[in-house]
Amino acid sequence: MKLQTATRLGLYATLELARDPDRTLSAADLAERFGVSSHHLAKVLRTLATAGLVQGGRGAAGGYRFIGNRRRTTLMDIVSLFESGPGSRIRGPGENTEIGSALQRVLTEIDEIAEATLRSVSLETMLKHPM
Amino acid sequence: MVAIRPAQASDLSAISALDERLTGFSKPAYWQDMLAPERHFLVAEGDRGALAGFIAGEVRAWEFGQPAAGWVFAIQVDPRTRLKGVGTALFDALAARFRQAGVTRLRTLVDRKDHLILSFFRAQGMVAGPSLQLDMELP
Repeated sequence: MKLQTATRLGLYATLELARDPDRTLSAADLAERFGVSSHHLAKVLRTLATAGLVQGGRGAAGGYRFIGNRRRTTLMDIVSLFESGPGSRIRGPGENTEIGSALQRVLTEIDEIAEATLRSVSLETMLKHPM
Repeated sequence: MVAIRPAQASDLSAISALDERLTGFSKPAYWQDMLAPERHFLVAEGDRGALAGFIAGEVRAWEFGQPAAGWVFAIQVDPRTRLKGVGTALFDALAARFRQAGVTRLRTLVDRKDHLILSFFRAQGMVAGPSLQLDMELP
């Protein structure tokens, strides 16, 4: 499954912060850890904050900490903040043909399995049993 | 506190009723079959001996070409007693019996739209196995 960079950063940042909810890390700390620009990460963190998963401190030096529920939050909750859901996909060319719709059924099957997997793994499970 | 013990014939009506309440299907003959000696059928008793949940499984070798593994056929927990560790206690007790029987793998099949039970098994440390289940409507 191909995830956008923002999605991967969202997963990394959430899991890193959820590892220790009492710990505060700045966008720069996290960016350095993952080897990405802090500008890119700041945007991702704002999305996570709007979703109520992390809380950002005030000022440029303010850090972020995890404020969500580790047991209730699944990987899908984070992925869906950054990726469009399977239902909202734009129809591609040729999908109205017989072959197009047969191919679409196979791709939908793959999406459903991926979604079931992401929805079944909570942050708690991920941090308890690193796969 | 929850106590785990082997299911008995006298538990069948409560097991069947709990399962029917949760799945919408009545299958007393299926639960009766789970009492067969080669199967592991365990119940969780809550306060005052009330049924809090149950789990059923069996060690099967060479099903679908795979070496011996402990299969979990069913697990149900009364929604009123959920989030109290009943499911985990049942799972651990069945896993211990499977280990005693000499198997080192545990396996199950789950409806991929049933996120609750999928999450439960994931939380126990289970991951996708080597098989893919396929099916079709017979013409």
